[in-house]
Amino acid sequence: MKNLALFHEIAEDPYDYVKKIKKESGKKIVGFFCSYTPEEIIDAAGALPFRIFGRGGDSLADAHLQAYSCSLVRGALHDALSGGLDFLDGTVFPHTCDSIQRLSDIWRINAKTGFHIDVVLPVKLDTKSSGEYMADVLRKFIRDIENGLGVVISEDDLKASVIKYNRIRSYLGKIYRIRSENPALIGSGDLHAIVRASMVMDREHLLEELTEFEGSLHGGKAAGKPAGKRVVLAGGVCNLPDIYSIIEDSGGTVVGDDFCTGSRYFEGEIGVNGDLVESIAERYRERINCPAKHSGLFTRGEHIVKIVKKSGAKGVIFLFLKFCDPHSFDYPYLKDMLDKEGIPSMLFEIEEQLPSEGQFKTRCEAFIEMLKA
Amino acid sequence: MTGNSQTPDPEKEKRKIKSVKKMKEIMTNYYMDAKTAEQTGKKVAWITSGGPVEPLIVMDIIPVYPENHGAMIGASKMGVALCEKSEEMGYSRDLCSYARADIACAPVNGGPIGGLPRPDMLVCCNNICGTVLKWYEVQARYFNVPLFILDTPFSHTGFSDEARKYVRKQVDEYIDFLEMVCRKKCDYDRMAEVGKLSVQGQRLWQAVLDTAANKPAPMSAFDAFFHLALIVTLRGTSVVVDYYTGLLEEMKERIASGISAVPNEKYRLLWDNLPIWYRTKWLSEKFAAHDACLVADTYTSAWCGSLKYIDENDFLGTMAEGYSRIYLNIGVDEMSETVIEMIDKYDVDGFVMHSNRSCKPYSLGQYDIQRIVQEKRKIPTLMIEADMVDERSFSESQIETRIDAFMEVLKAG
Repeated sequence: MKNLALFHEIAEDPYDYVKKIKKESGKKIVGFFCSYTPEEIIDAAGALPFRIFGRGGDSLADAHLQAYSCSLVRGALHDALSGGLDFLDGTVFPHTCDSIQRLSDIWRINAKTGFHIDVVLPVKLDTKSSGEYMADVLRKFIRDIENGLGVVISEDDLKASVIKYNRIRSYLGKIYRIRSENPALIGSGDLHAIVRASMVMDREHLLEELTEFEGSLHGGKAAGKPAGKRVVLAGGVCNLPDIYSIIEDSGGTVVGDDFCTGSRYFEGEIGVNGDLVESIAERYRERINCPAKHSGLFTRGEHIVKIVKKSGAKGVIFLFLKFCDPHSFDYPYLKDMLDKEGIPSMLFEIEEQLPSEGQFKTRCEAFIEMLKA
Repeated sequence: MTGNSQTPDPEKEKRKIKSVKKMKEIMTNYYMDAKTAEQTGKKVAWITSGGPVEPLIVMDIIPVYPENHGAMIGASKMGVALCEKSEEMGYSRDLCSYARADIACAPVNGGPIGGLPRPDMLVCCNNICGTVLKWYEVQARYFNVPLFILDTPFSHTGFSDEARKYVRKQVDEYIDFLEMVCRKKCDYDRMAEVGKLSVQGQRLWQAVLDTAANKPAPMSAFDAFFHLALIVTLRGTSVVVDYYTGLLEEMKERIASGISAVPNEKYRLLWDNLPIWYRTKWLSEKFAAHDACLVADTYTSAWCGSLKYIDENDFLGTMAEGYSRIYLNIGVDEMSETVIEMIDKYDVDGFVMHSNRSCKPYSLGQYDIQRIVQEKRKIPTLMIEADMVDERSFSESQIETRIDAFMEVLKAG
């Protein structure tokens, strides 16, 4: 399928892709961290939101970040300091965890990637005043991005972007659901490539490709491998396409996830009637939270149990970036809730690269082997 | 022969801070009160070290500090066993050792004081880190008690009007929360008094720390680590005011009689980050052997560093901004400015930084602060890699070598 080939190409080298876009269209590129970045607003300002991940390599981070920082933070800083992100016109840091918080400071002081905007979001999301603050922060972000890019965002611009994002997210959700129902239609690695590409692609073009691709899935023939045992992945970012093929080779099929590079990214629709900023704020508060944010004591546990039941998964593989505090703190209680439901789980800590070749594969095989068919 | 070995060294005796005894009494009574709260019908709140304790004092709630608990566990060298237990419970070894040790204590009433008294509520202010949020969520699930979160937006480059409005609103929500849990109304007249006492206590604590600007310093950062307990714990009470008034008096007397913390103070150093609780004595002696005194630190001054934002005549109206703009909740560049102000104020010759695996908000960014300090003040700096409670991350021989090398540079300078 030509759409898939394009998604893979972009996911494999997003830097090359975005540089081309910039050269051809002159579009401004705004780098961002984390799925809490209100991308709609960047899009409404006429710029291309580009999610930053490291590309492997972190040596230049050594002068600024201790070895006990996660590979995402170290790898991204390395890229910025090595000039790899020179194509950026600005960078946006939403407030999430302690590491990203400090990365923002270090970045602002040392990196040369255009303007720098901190979006100091609330940490708790389940109170009235935090909701008001969230909307206030978004209004401030609109002013900041207008200043950064030298543009004015009209109400119509914002509405058009919100509608565009609603459609993108809705297509991603549909593709996830279709695949969960019939995993043989699309490979897990393909799904990963689609989501990864979605975070960097020209969003207008993305929407066209997603629409076409989703349409081609109806009544389509199985393109992926025969389905194995159904598993759900959970954690923060997953930036390693190899993981999906290893899981498939070990006899598993990924039928759902709770990743910020997965379902957390596209869940939730923004209302278009009424105050748009309030509606955007609501979507970011209502979607399932990252563990760096607070939204009830059992919300994440209940959510993951729900994903498993809905997708008919037989087990959960937690994939955490090493040194990711928020996820590590939640792990014992999530595992406990899964245990109580009789859902087996395993935890694997990942760094930028997969550790010693076979280690993950061996554990995966053993885990999937013992799952009920 | 008998008795000789027990005769106290008069030189050492002279240097001992006499107020320590009083402080131990106060803290013992405080813990007795807290541990017997169930019998006396008082409510207990667990609260983060940077959290607003004053409303608890007004409501007659006993504040209890899991972080103090972590420090006690570290100082009594019980950290490793408890950290290992938390790892068995599924918590990663890379997590904060205060949190790990405290979480492991709860189910078994372990640790140096047999566990903390059971909380009736939890009050978590995230001005110090995101870790406390996760830690308090764990404890709220474990104890099944209400949790209040005071969300203090981070000031990367300044404090926004939006944030000011948000934190002010939360102060009212905090009082509502306490009224609901205690089923009684807040006495706002008393709140005003407690606010004044809090400001007075913070000013006195700052004055105590300021005495170390004298050469030689009458107290060291190691003393400050100990005497800190009161400003953290009972801020807003007259006990704190009385105690620090006495301590300040003692420091002034020491200055007048030429009693210094370190016998032959030649080198004055500034400490950054939390103490290495299980090695404070070792480190203190190590530096003293080089005639070096850690005269100040960025840690203990954090409990009076944001006084400038607080109006004692409108404590409730201004405290949230004060709590939001503490040392750890500001950008790395602003932190380095604070460090440079301290270098000048205390006239220090070198900067010792503890890169603390447990504390990312304190430690990430230290390399940049180190560079900025070197550029602007051209003084030697030393980075010690360790952990505040988990001794497994402390390599004595390596750290000793680095301290010796650092002191050689200082001496040569």
